Amino acid sequence: MKNIKNTSLKEVENQKIAYIYILPWIIGFLAFQLYPFIASFVYSFTDFSILKPMEFVGLDNYRRMFTGDRLFWKSVKATFLYVLIAVPGKLIFALIIAVILNMKIRFINFFRTVYYLPSILGGSVAISILWKFLFAKDGTVNAALSVLHIPAIDWLGSQHLALATMGLLVVWQFGSSMVLFLAGLKNIPAELIEAARVDGAGRLRVFFRITLPMLSPVIFFNLIMQMINAFKEFNSPYLITQGGPLNSTYLYGMMLYENAFSYLKMGYASAQSWFLFFIIMIFTALAFKSSPYWTFYEDGGDF
Amino acid sequence: MNNDTLKRLQHSRIRRITRKGITYLFLILLGIIMIYPLLWIVSASFKTNNEIFSSLSLIPKVVLLDGYSKGWAGVGQNSFGLFFANTFKMVVPTVFFTVISSLLVAYGFARFKFRFKKALFALVIASLMLPNEVIIIPRYMVFNKLGWLNTYLPFIIPAAFATYSFFIFMLVQYIRSIPRELDESARIDGCGSFPILTKIITPLCVPSLISVTIFQFVWRWNDFINPLIYISSVKHYVLSLALRMSLDVTDTIAWNQTMAMSVLSMVPPVLLFFFTQKFFVEGISTSGLKG
Repeated sequence: MKNIKNTSLKEVENQKIAYIYILPWIIGFLAFQLYPFIASFVYSFTDFSILKPMEFVGLDNYRRMFTGDRLFWKSVKATFLYVLIAVPGKLIFALIIAVILNMKIRFINFFRTVYYLPSILGGSVAISILWKFLFAKDGTVNAALSVLHIPAIDWLGSQHLALATMGLLVVWQFGSSMVLFLAGLKNIPAELIEAARVDGAGRLRVFFRITLPMLSPVIFFNLIMQMINAFKEFNSPYLITQGGPLNSTYLYGMMLYENAFSYLKMGYASAQSWFLFFIIMIFTALAFKSSPYWTFYEDGGDF
Repeated sequence: MNNDTLKRLQHSRIRRITRKGITYLFLILLGIIMIYPLLWIVSASFKTNNEIFSSLSLIPKVVLLDGYSKGWAGVGQNSFGLFFANTFKMVVPTVFFTVISSLLVAYGFARFKFRFKKALFALVIASLMLPNEVIIIPRYMVFNKLGWLNTYLPFIIPAAFATYSFFIFMLVQYIRSIPRELDESARIDGCGSFPILTKIITPLCVPSLISVTIFQFVWRWNDFINPLIYISSVKHYVLSLALRMSLDVTDTIAWNQTMAMSVLSMVPPVLLFFFTQKFFVEGISTSGLKG
């Protein structure tokens, strides 16, 4: 009893000092996150730029965005399509490879390193440049196809293909998700799978009935994070296709950047950024609903 | 054992071996496909413009070092040496302050009980989900007023105030896995909370501090949109901006220069990855978060 009192007294003492440790974050949060967050909401009801004084316009920005801006909906559509191509592609691929690597493969470290490498570089300008060249009309990929007597494909110049070609860049970086799935697979008790096998379940059945459900929290969370990232994609459209052809790759991130910093419509861009935030909030809410299933703490969650 | 069972055993062994063989073949082929683009850009950096497009071979007919020497000389008066130096000037302090500030804050959250802790930690998580795109315009206005544009302060100062909340989250997870008995016994020995942090928690956190370092280094090194917004004068350009510029400028002139500089720009993150691979992979798996 005395002991318990002692520690709880200590913890009361601790209180104040903890604020000192978290003080940098409190300041940073207020100055660099909360303030800009609120400010951008206020901006979204104004018309202004660094060159123009702020003018309150009510809901005009939102009205124009939803009803008067054809590019806006085109961009929303392209972005959703991009997310739909890139994210499932990446995750399914990552899952398949993780399952294969989990089958007592030798040299697993070597394969993991090789597959992970593109994830280190994927976000860089250098890789965007590389992609632009590989998939150019007279680029290497087409040269390889011509060896197989397949006619050249306009990977980045065709309205229908350009988004998919950019999605391929995301799939190429499947290593980052694969590593997470591998960690998840390691946590599935081997006895569970052995027992099912002894009972006569085939490999596919085991995968769909045991592995997949056990891994589903990791998959689901990954899905959300990848979607958020894909919704914000900027480098690929800006560097590889400049949003073309015919705005078919004019992704949301690029539209935001152009409105804010090229056309200097900062109020309007703020409104658009809040719409992005709204979409991301929906996906985040889904992720957090799932949190009881994918979080596990040594200290029982109460720390 | 009769002949029949022997045959069957042999059969299943052959089947197993073939399956293994096919699996390895697939993994190796996939590895080649994954690495091919990287090998291609390295080889292209030594080729002539003509050969870059026409030839599939990874081995250049004539090895040209032009791309590197002329590319390094850069555009106008600014060499790539300057852009490299600038990138380090931006990335190194940012990483350093990220590690220090995130560790302090994570320690505060992981080891103390205080009022509003749950709410505050929920804010850390919430800010993790806050897209940069939403706050970038007001941030730009603030940094503009403070005269921080064309400096690296928009990267370094927020790092010093622990605003890369992903790392706080990652370190909190890690510190929570360290047994509390360790600090309890140190406290009984009269250790204050700060010595506990420096003498007990920090040494045990080294693997996760290394993965914070690598992640932040690679992300800041590759960062393009933020420098694009905050840095406008060429003499302060970082590599990502310089590469973009060379892509615009060279137009049909000398692609091998762009390739060569792209290759060089990838060297530091790749080296870092190879030297600290173990931590890198572990870091992601334990944090279980970023993809």
